[in-house]
Amino acid sequence: MELLIIITVLLYMLSAAGYFAFLFYQKEILYRAGFLLILAGFICHTLTIGTTFFTSGQFPARNLHETLSVAGWAIAGFFLVFQSRFKLKVLGIYAAPLISLVMVAVSAVPKTPIEPQGIFKSFWLISHVSAVFVGNAAFAMACGIGILYLIQEHGIKAKNPGFFFKRLPSLDMLDATGYTCIIVGFTFLTFGLITGFVYAKTVWGRFWSWDPKEVWSGITWLFYAALLHERLTVGWRGRRAAVMAIIGFAILLFTFLGVNFLLKGHHGGFTGV
Amino acid sequence: MIMSEIVLIGLNHKTAPVELRECIAFSEDETATALEALKNAPDILEVLLLSTCNRVEVLLVADKEATAVESAKHFIARFNQIPISRFEDSLYVHRGDDAVRHIFRVAASLDSMVLGEPQILGQIKEAYRKATLEKTSGVVLNRLLHRTFFVAKRIRTETGIGDHAVSISYAAIELGRKIFGSLENKHVLLVGAGEMAELAVEHLIRNRVGDIAVANRTFERAVELAERFEGSAIKFEELVHTVADVDIVISSTGSPDFILTRQQLKGLMRKRRNRPLFFIDIAVPRDIDPEINRLANTYVYDIDDLKGVIEENIEDRQREAVKGERIIDEAVIKFRQWFESLEIVPTIKAIRSKLEAIAETELKKTLQGESLPPSAHETVRRMAHSMVNKILHDPTAVLKRDGCQKGQTHYLDVARKLFRLDE
Repeated sequence: MELLIIITVLLYMLSAAGYFAFLFYQKEILYRAGFLLILAGFICHTLTIGTTFFTSGQFPARNLHETLSVAGWAIAGFFLVFQSRFKLKVLGIYAAPLISLVMVAVSAVPKTPIEPQGIFKSFWLISHVSAVFVGNAAFAMACGIGILYLIQEHGIKAKNPGFFFKRLPSLDMLDATGYTCIIVGFTFLTFGLITGFVYAKTVWGRFWSWDPKEVWSGITWLFYAALLHERLTVGWRGRRAAVMAIIGFAILLFTFLGVNFLLKGHHGGFTGV
Repeated sequence: MIMSEIVLIGLNHKTAPVELRECIAFSEDETATALEALKNAPDILEVLLLSTCNRVEVLLVADKEATAVESAKHFIARFNQIPISRFEDSLYVHRGDDAVRHIFRVAASLDSMVLGEPQILGQIKEAYRKATLEKTSGVVLNRLLHRTFFVAKRIRTETGIGDHAVSISYAAIELGRKIFGSLENKHVLLVGAGEMAELAVEHLIRNRVGDIAVANRTFERAVELAERFEGSAIKFEELVHTVADVDIVISSTGSPDFILTRQQLKGLMRKRRNRPLFFIDIAVPRDIDPEINRLANTYVYDIDDLKGVIEENIEDRQREAVKGERIIDEAVIKFRQWFESLEIVPTIKAIRSKLEAIAETELKKTLQGESLPPSAHETVRRMAHSMVNKILHDPTAVLKRDGCQKGQTHYLDVARKLFRLDE
C-alpha cells in the first residue's frame, strides 16, 4: 500500500516535470510523456483507493488522509477526461503539480484510526461525496485555467507578449474551457448538495442544520451560481470571470479544509465536504 | 573645397514614440508647402521629404551641411509648432555615405518596424514624385533616388526578406488569433483607408473572417472599398453603432482626434455583452483612444505596440537582412564614386576657365601694343589656347583616372589648392 502511494506520487511528479519541459521546449513528445505519466499515476492511484474500498467495504473518505487522496484522484481523473476532450495541453503545468502536491500531503498526513461506522455504505452519502469531489476537481481546473487566462491576458494587454504568448492558447479558448469547467463543477456540486440534503434528512431528520460546513458549501454554491448568472445575463467573461474562478476556488478550499481546521461541526470527523 | 553634401535628418519608430511622431508627421498637402519652404532655405540645394507613420525624414543636398541641418530643424519646429527641444533628442543626422546607406536601407525595408514590409518603397516613390513635381530634386537626388529604387528592388528579389508575409497586418493577425482563437466568421470594420490597412483586411480575408464593413468620411470611397472586399459600406456617423456588432476594428483615418473614446466604448461593451473587441490602430495620429485598452475585454494595439509582437518572429529574417546589407554596402560605394566624379568635372572646368582667363588677359596685354601685325594675332591666340589645352591634358587625365577612385578626394583637394580655386 505505502509503496503504491510512493509510486503514484513519483509518477505524478515526473508528469509535472514532463509538462514543464513541454512548456519550455514545446516538443510534442514531452507532452505525450507528461500525459502518459499522469495516466500511469492515475492507474496506480485507482488501485490504491480501490484496494481500500474493497478491503474495508466502505467509501475511503473517512479521514483526512483518505479524503485528500480521493480529492487528488478526482482531480487527476477529471484532468485526464478534460485533456482528451480539449486541446489545452499546457494545462498540465497546473494540474500535475497540483495533484503531486495533494499526494505529497496525503503521504505526510498520518492515517488516523477509523471508527467503524455504517454511514460510508449509504448510497446517498457515497453519491454526495463523489459528486462533490468531481465538482471540486472541475472547479480546481477552472481556477488553473483562470490563472492561465490572466497570464495570457496580461501579456496581450500590456503589449508585451513574451514567453507565454506562443505557449498559451487563445483567450477565447481559455475563457470557453474555464466556463465549461464551471458548468460541470456547478452541476456536480448541486447534485452533491442535493444528495447531501437527502442523506441529512435520513440521518438527522432535517435537510439543513446550520452546520459550518453546510453554510460554507452554501456560500460556495451561491458564489458560483452568481458567477454563472452574471455570465448568462450581462456576459461576465474574460478577466473578471477568470478572477472569479480563482476566488471561487479559494472559497471552496476553505470549505473543504479550512472549516474542518478552524470551525467545528458534524462534518468535522471525516473532513469530507 | 566647396563640395555639396548629402545629409539626412529625421526620426523614426526607433528613436521617437508615436506621440511625438504624430506631432511631426506631414500630411500630403503639407508636404508640398514644406518642400517649397525648405528649398528656399539658404544652403539647401535639393530636398526630399518622406513622412510615413513610422518616420519623418528630410533628405537634403546642402552646401554648408551644418547650417542646412539647423534650418531644417527650425523649419520642422516652426511648421509643426513644437519646440525644438521636444524632438531634438530623437533626431538622427546622417551625412555622406551614411545618409546614402540610410535611404537605401529604408527603401529596402531593412529599417522598417516590420522588416521587409513592402509599403515603404511605394512611400519613397511617392515622396520622390512630390519632390520632382515641386522641382526640389536635382542632379544628385534624382540619381540617388533612382539608385535607391534599384537597390530596393534588387534586395527584394535576391534576398528572402520580402518573401514572408511580414507586415503589420501579419503581427495583428497573430494577436487576433491569440484573442479569438480562430478568426473565422469574425466581423471586421475598416475605418478609413490606406495601403497598410487594406493589406491587413486582405490578410484577414485570407483567414476567412466573416462580414466586412467599411466606413469612410467620403461615403463614395467606402462604397468603393466595400465592393473590393465584398463587404458593406456604412456612413461615418454610424460608426459607433457599428462597433457594437464587430469583433475587429482596423482604423486608419487622417483624423487629428480620436474617433472612438473610452466613454463611447464603455457603454458599448455592455451592449455587446463583453464579447472581446480588438482594435488595430494603424493611423498616425492615432484614431483609437489608448485608454480603451484598459476596459475589460478590449484590446487596442497601435503601430508601436504591434512592434513588440513582430520582434518575436524576425530572427530567421535577420539572416536575409545581412545579405541585404551587403548589397547596400556595394551600392553605397558605387554611388560615392559617382558623387565624387561629380566634383571632378566642375574642378576640371574651373581650372580650365582659370587658365583660359589668364591666357585671355595676357593675350590682350600682348596684342594691345602694335608690335605685331594684325595677321599674326590669330596665330598667337591659337598658340595660347593650345598651350592651355596641352598643360591641362595630363592633370585632367590624372584627376579623371585617380581622383575618384577608392574614395580618394586627395587629388581633387590638391588640384583645388594648387590653383586656388576656392578663394
